[in-house]
Amino acid sequence: MDTNEMLLEFDSRSENESFARSVVASFVAQLDPTLEEISDIKTAVSEAVTNAIIHGYEEMKGKVVVVCRIFEHEVYVEVRDRGKGIKDIKQAMVPLFTTKPEEERSGMGFSFMEAFMDELDVESEMGKGTIVKMKKKIH
Amino acid sequence: MEKQEPLKKAGSTSGKEAAEYHIKDRCLIIKVKQDLDHHNTLSIREQSDKLLDKGQIKSIVFDFSGTDFMDSSGIGVIMGRYKRLTLSGGKIFVTGINRNLDRIFRMSGLYRIVPKFDSIEEAVARSR
Repeated sequence: MDTNEMLLEFDSRSENESFARSVVASFVAQLDPTLEEISDIKTAVSEAVTNAIIHGYEEMKGKVVVVCRIFEHEVYVEVRDRGKGIKDIKQAMVPLFTTKPEEERSGMGFSFMEAFMDELDVESEMGKGTIVKMKKKIH
Repeated sequence: MEKQEPLKKAGSTSGKEAAEYHIKDRCLIIKVKQDLDHHNTLSIREQSDKLLDKGQIKSIVFDFSGTDFMDSSGIGVIMGRYKRLTLSGGKIFVTGINRNLDRIFRMSGLYRIVPKFDSIEEAVARSR
């Protein structure tokens, strides 16, 4: 089987959070995942896209890019922004850590991405943006 | 049950309300009707705080029977209301939790401070 890939680019508006996770879920449906697997992927995508909008662009205008690739039984998802970047990735990934407590952010975003996907990798450069890469096997 | 008029939308442009709000026995029942993500937490935060500002509400029941998705933004909005209410000795309860939401609640440890009940009635009774 060949790989199948899609790319989605949208404005950093909160309305697009549900749009993005629904599109990825629909794309992944061709692998015949369980409801739980679909839910895992939707949550992880939602967390990554929300981070791009809230933290990457700090709710200013920008573009969020989601790439999703499926190959055999594996899903690869990449969420990219060209926002401000993450100063300390290690700290950002600590459960309950948030730079925006006043906005009632729980600090669980990366923890959920890690818990619901098999692999998580974050690349970020200050002033350039962030790329979140995630993988999950569909059984 | 005393029915609140639908309040003005905030943070929502879809025309669909994120939640419905009812008050019974000084308990605010928030029936979540959309995915509880960052987008929808904006209006829920604003609407519920407006009602809490009136000072009559003792507890909150989040009814999730109308939704099947919540991410970490939902945890934030529940924790935020919890912090507000506990200052005045109030409590928060949840009901209508499906399997997906249950995993989020378990993983985040939210059940330790926000107990789950099988029905709104049980939760409201407990809040008295």
